[in-house]
Amino acid sequence: MQQRSSTVQEPLAETAYRPTPPPAWRPRTDPAPLLPDAEPLRVLGTDAVADADPALLRRLYAELVRGRRYNAQATALTKQGRLAVYPSTTGQEACEVAAALALEERDWLFPSYRDTLAAVARGLDPVQALTLLRGDWHTGYDPREHRVAPLCTPLATQLPHAVGLAHAARLKGDDVVALAMVGDGGTSEGDFHEALNFAAVWQAPVVFFVQNNGFAISVPLAKQTAAPSLAHKAVGYGMPGRLVDGNDVVAVHQVLTEAVARARRGGGPTLVEAITYRIDAHTNADDATRYRAEGEVEAWRAHDPVLLLERELTERGLLDEDGRRAAAEAAETMAAELRERMNADPVLDPMDLFTHVYAEQTAQLREQAAQLRAELEAEGESR
Amino acid sequence: MTTATTGAAAKAAGRTKPATMAQALQRAMRDAMAEDPTVHVMGEDVGTLGGVFRVTDGLAKEFGEDRCTDTPLAEAGILGTAVGMAMYGLRPVVEMQFDAFAYPAFEQLVSHVAKMRNRTRGAMPMPMVIRVPYGGGIGGVEHHSDSSEIYYMATPGLHVVTPATVEDAYGLLRTAIASDDPVVFLEPKRLYWSKSDWSPEAPARVEPIGKAVVRRPGTSATLITYGPSLPVCLEAAEAATAEGWDLEVVDLRSLVPFDDETVAASVRRTGRAVVVHESGGFAGPGAEIAARVTERCFHHLEAPVLRVAGFDLPYPPPMLERHHLPGVDRVLDAVARLQWEAGN
Repeated sequence: MQQRSSTVQEPLAETAYRPTPPPAWRPRTDPAPLLPDAEPLRVLGTDAVADADPALLRRLYAELVRGRRYNAQATALTKQGRLAVYPSTTGQEACEVAAALALEERDWLFPSYRDTLAAVARGLDPVQALTLLRGDWHTGYDPREHRVAPLCTPLATQLPHAVGLAHAARLKGDDVVALAMVGDGGTSEGDFHEALNFAAVWQAPVVFFVQNNGFAISVPLAKQTAAPSLAHKAVGYGMPGRLVDGNDVVAVHQVLTEAVARARRGGGPTLVEAITYRIDAHTNADDATRYRAEGEVEAWRAHDPVLLLERELTERGLLDEDGRRAAAEAAETMAAELRERMNADPVLDPMDLFTHVYAEQTAQLREQAAQLRAELEAEGESR
Repeated sequence: MTTATTGAAAKAAGRTKPATMAQALQRAMRDAMAEDPTVHVMGEDVGTLGGVFRVTDGLAKEFGEDRCTDTPLAEAGILGTAVGMAMYGLRPVVEMQFDAFAYPAFEQLVSHVAKMRNRTRGAMPMPMVIRVPYGGGIGGVEHHSDSSEIYYMATPGLHVVTPATVEDAYGLLRTAIASDDPVVFLEPKRLYWSKSDWSPEAPARVEPIGKAVVRRPGTSATLITYGPSLPVCLEAAEAATAEGWDLEVVDLRSLVPFDDETVAASVRRTGRAVVVHESGGFAGPGAEIAARVTERCFHHLEAPVLRVAGFDLPYPPPMLERHHLPGVDRVLDAVARLQWEAGN
């Protein structure tokens, strides 16, 4: 019953009290191998990149270019009033793309509201991914189709879902891994702590992927945590923490792929912290000039994920002008299609409001649905 | 399988021991787990210990710790992981150790459990039961006796069910576990040890969710109640016969969905109604119930619908709780105020 016990303990007689050493104690696990490296892992610009599969590099490049264009298009659609709000991942495309590509088809992705790009990179239809932000329905897709959980707005609350799902899969004997995405701000939430703790205790096949983009809306990381790094938090739960350059897509892909493989073979959860930067404001409703200097943004622009990979591929002769053009054209086609489809008004049926509250509608909701139907009919007549 | 064995053994021994509500609840989970391998019980101390009220006694032993799991001590984590398990096709039965300890799980309950079916247009239902021991009357110290039903009732997407009898404890919990919607299953703590001749060996009586029952037919007035207040109302109804009142007692059993039909039919028959519950009166369940009854039965009413409720207080310390909880006298006082002199 833990601390909730109502058992009254006998006070120790004063004369009998002698401090004694506690029964033999040792740490439950060796913390040293759990610690993250001192520096975030980088692959681009190092010799390690030579080991990377050229096909994978080209794929990552195409996805990054597409992702950058997707962010620009979604931002433009917001300015045109086609989306209610868009939390951009411009500058964070490497993380978004790598998260999607690190998973097998049978795995599950648990995105936050900022991670529509990861969902799209995993194969979700962009219009379906954006219904939440357009405002026509909260989750515009069947999560089971691409194994993408609903985009989650309450911070870090999707992390325990990922743990539960992964745990359930393991109980069933399925080798499914769940990858849960969260931001630096989300690591302050209680659900972050509880999810990591449950995952480690259950040795659930989960990868926790933190994109540390420097800000929780306006609040910088220094006001969020006093930990040496967010990856260090892993040690307290008994799981390894990994630090990676979040703008180096090859490094992020490598770290996540390793963590996924580790989870799949029964090695338990991993916490990955990617150091990245949110180039745009929190959303279109935010004014980033109130809390950060333009110089800081410029410094990060020089460390742009698309630029870094493009430079590397060009230097290694894996990308030429034709390749760049092909990637840009493919991205443009996606954007044009997205624009066209989003410029059509969504078809709304107000009666849908009542359809999926319960498996079987309650008498109270039947009455209320009848009221709305009557109101709609009256509206139709008055037009 | 085991039902037959236990039954035969009991018959052979010639015993028909009265069962407690706690045992009926345990039996409901056990039978559900035996029938359906996707049913998983989880919570604090539910495994080895069998729960602080022993409601999960023996489940871990019989079904293994993967099916009846002692979780880390974190209610949001328990419910949050249960959401993920339900996403993968399991039916979690979650135990919250006490009413007031369930609050950390509130965000998961409100933002995810209750909304998941709706936000995914039915693609992702949340078949789970959240068992919450609730209410006072057991001398619990602070944070062990809240009447938290109104919080759950105010959250669309949840069913809220509370048994008041041993039979219903079994029947309603079986239905709750089989439901494809999330059910907050409120267990009246002070009735855990109430007994009945109901025997686990008898054929299971599965009760529908959303149906109230008339526990005592009467003609003078209707007492509308649920859970821990049912025995109080039945006792009050017996005492009221001395005053010449023949009270009808309706046990709601399900707060959401609410059985307007049974309640309104009773009040139309009797013309007077008192709602009785432990929860505070202000914006409590009785406020909703009184409004619904008035809307439906106005022309049948001989008096305003009255409420007998706990006071609008933080739950009192155990040595004072008897002053807070509605008792027989407070119910009878309310009945006496139903304007008998004006009408019949």
